Amino acid sequence: MADEITLEVARYRPELESEPVMQSYQVPLREHWAVLDGLSYIKDHLDGTLSFRWSCRMGVCGSCGMTVNGEPQLSCATFLTDYAPGPVRVEPLRNFPVIRDLVIDIDDFMTKLPKVKPWLVREVHSPVEEGEYLQTPEELDEYKQFSMCINCMLCYSACPVYSLEPEFIGPAAIALAQRYNLDSRDEGAEERREILSSPEGIWACTFVGECSAACPKGVDPAGAIQRYKLTAATQSIKDLLMPRSRR
Amino acid sequence: MTFHDVVVIGGGGAGLRAAIAVAETNPALRVAVVSKVYPMRSHTVSAEGGAAAVAADDDTLDEHAYDTVSGSDWLCDQDAVEAFVAEAPRELLRLEHWGCPWSRQPDGRIAVRAFGGMKKMRTWFAADRTGFHLLHTLFQTALSYTDIVRYDEWYVTKILEDDGRAYGVVAIELATGRIETITASAVIVCTGGCGRVYPFTTNANIKTGDGMALAYRAGAALKDMEFVQYHPTGLPFTGILITEAARAEGGWLLNKDGYRYLQDYDLGTPSPTPVLRSMELGPRDRLSQAFVHEMDKGNTIDTPYGPIVNLDLRHLGAKLIDAKLPFVRELCSKYQNIDPVKELVPVRPVVHYMMGGIHTDIRGATSLDGLYAAGEVACVSINGANRLGSNSLPECLVFGNRAGRAAAVFAARYRNVVPKSIEAQGRDEVRRLTEELSRHADGHERIADIRTEMQTTMENGAGIYRDRDSLAKAADQLKELQLRFTHAAIDDHSTNFNTELIALLELGFMLDVAESIIACALQREESRGAHQRTDFPARDDERYLAHSLVRREPDGSSRITYLPVTITRWPPGERVYGR
Repeated sequence: MADEITLEVARYRPELESEPVMQSYQVPLREHWAVLDGLSYIKDHLDGTLSFRWSCRMGVCGSCGMTVNGEPQLSCATFLTDYAPGPVRVEPLRNFPVIRDLVIDIDDFMTKLPKVKPWLVREVHSPVEEGEYLQTPEELDEYKQFSMCINCMLCYSACPVYSLEPEFIGPAAIALAQRYNLDSRDEGAEERREILSSPEGIWACTFVGECSAACPKGVDPAGAIQRYKLTAATQSIKDLLMPRSRR
Repeated sequence: MTFHDVVVIGGGGAGLRAAIAVAETNPALRVAVVSKVYPMRSHTVSAEGGAAAVAADDDTLDEHAYDTVSGSDWLCDQDAVEAFVAEAPRELLRLEHWGCPWSRQPDGRIAVRAFGGMKKMRTWFAADRTGFHLLHTLFQTALSYTDIVRYDEWYVTKILEDDGRAYGVVAIELATGRIETITASAVIVCTGGCGRVYPFTTNANIKTGDGMALAYRAGAALKDMEFVQYHPTGLPFTGILITEAARAEGGWLLNKDGYRYLQDYDLGTPSPTPVLRSMELGPRDRLSQAFVHEMDKGNTIDTPYGPIVNLDLRHLGAKLIDAKLPFVRELCSKYQNIDPVKELVPVRPVVHYMMGGIHTDIRGATSLDGLYAAGEVACVSINGANRLGSNSLPECLVFGNRAGRAAAVFAARYRNVVPKSIEAQGRDEVRRLTEELSRHADGHERIADIRTEMQTTMENGAGIYRDRDSLAKAADQLKELQLRFTHAAIDDHSTNFNTELIALLELGFMLDVAESIIACALQREESRGAHQRTDFPARDDERYLAHSLVRREPDGSSRITYLPVTITRWPPGERVYGR
């Protein structure tokens, strides 16, 4: 194994550069080193001006999504040895405005997320003193997969629809809406229906499935969208036949 | 200048719980959460094993309290512990009502698991991603409180203080570099711990003790800073946590000969299935200390990343591991290239948690008026000299809620009375930050070099075992590092998302926190819980049944005083495990 590997890193400092440029750095190639370790090596020893986000370094905080050799990845869970002998191309996640270097602007997602009401909606919340809402392991399994989203934005970066139609509320937000819709304790499906069934909602999705392929947590947003399409279609027919009925 | 009634610093478990508590207590109050990361990135996300609260019919609040008190080596305040165990079940139920996907029993009720140092099964869990689910549930629920204003990716550099009272913060917006004075009638610090002052830690990159240093510099007292928890099972190199739940589900710790060595350290006798408060389910301080003794005996295994022992989960089988410990399997596979279903997991003790923190009373009030703290950054203290696993998540909720309510009452009573001097302080801070940038532009010391030396200093000086010499040496080295810090270099002169400037400010905070840890450890001439002095190996209740309180003097030096521990019902006794 060679001692070093080249990282080609996208640099963009709006105060200095009008558009991104690539800069090469040599970093040690060591067993267990993630791409993120290579970037930290650069920041600590070679070039303090490189900016990127990271925190937990165990694939659960969702901070360190980047495009590595063209693919959306968590840089803490993507290893240099897998790219040997290199070079490894590290760029910001696609489909987002770039604030600086590898740091993207996720305001769009943060604005869209509350619109799908990703919280437990109940007509009446029982007092906590009455104990837990019962939920069997089977009922938990119904939505558990969709509760695993870490908001890392890899699915938005992979989504061809989001790149063309920025109004699309997107894979993670829809998966989180479904996470609550499928939760036996939740009564908010009706409130989420308008946004999910809107042109910016599920119908924008052309079911390419790139989101599910990119997801590092096995959430399967494409499955969530597909499943909701069926629900929404069934609901529309019901509404036609029985205009006053709910569900 | 912007005004909010209550400003919460930090958007993790404690911060979000506090913000919701303010909003619920008094909807007329304007509450803001200022966090250096998006709230769902907060380190609460990494907690794995679970959250303790009495749930089972055979369990009682007194038993949870006793386990916590004995686990703390009698250094906790028992009134705080009694309040904690009484309110923990309601807080976890509230999380359930907010949608937290707790693991369940077949009949739909909450499931509980065993945990270290706990005599009964009372640890609620969401598989082994409990912190992740707890944080996202809180974050998503907080989104429904549209009046909570968020300052995402704003870095607080100063708590504004005048005549013993907090009046808000100064913070930098990372994206733009804009520096803003955010005044408030009350401030709640919920920034978590400071594991990054050590070289090998489970703590995320963001855990740099900001809140502890902010409060310390503003004049608040820090408490029990010498008590640093080493978790016995971290993956070598990365320091990734392998949850105690792995042992609670039946995992064994083996030395190089495949021997369950804990039986040699007064922790009980081996049994094929887990026994509560025994062996692998002993408290973290005792397990990490046992590792050091095994190392000294030559019973550990050398690796490029230091000596290790093995965690054996193979006998649990794939089915149990996938159901109860799926994250452990994922982490081992991704970061260690091993499958715990078939292979041994190499582990070693790793810095995990600060028992100490900002001194608060049981309402979350600090020694400054209008300043509150909750979660790991605070020291109430329910953890004393050693925290029990799964007590920290409910601590975030119980005391986040308490601090939020107390701050809401305070803010409503003293609304809109920000003195004139605060505006000037804000301007001074803007000037200081600007000067820092230009001053450090001429520096010649790399930030990472100083940081690495600080971390090594802390490990060598105040590790699992310490003594007068190691601590005194560390104190000298930190003094020198503080000097070198003034010559730290900044290459990055841009205002936009300048992470090098943030790294510099974080390092400054960490050096202050490191000094407070060493100062308290040097002064406490006894061994208790996680503070083990080889030159004073016994617990000394005559002199040290008391909290260390450290304050900053105007000249930058520290002054330590002691505050007696509150005992309500459990007089100091022997800590007994496995017998």
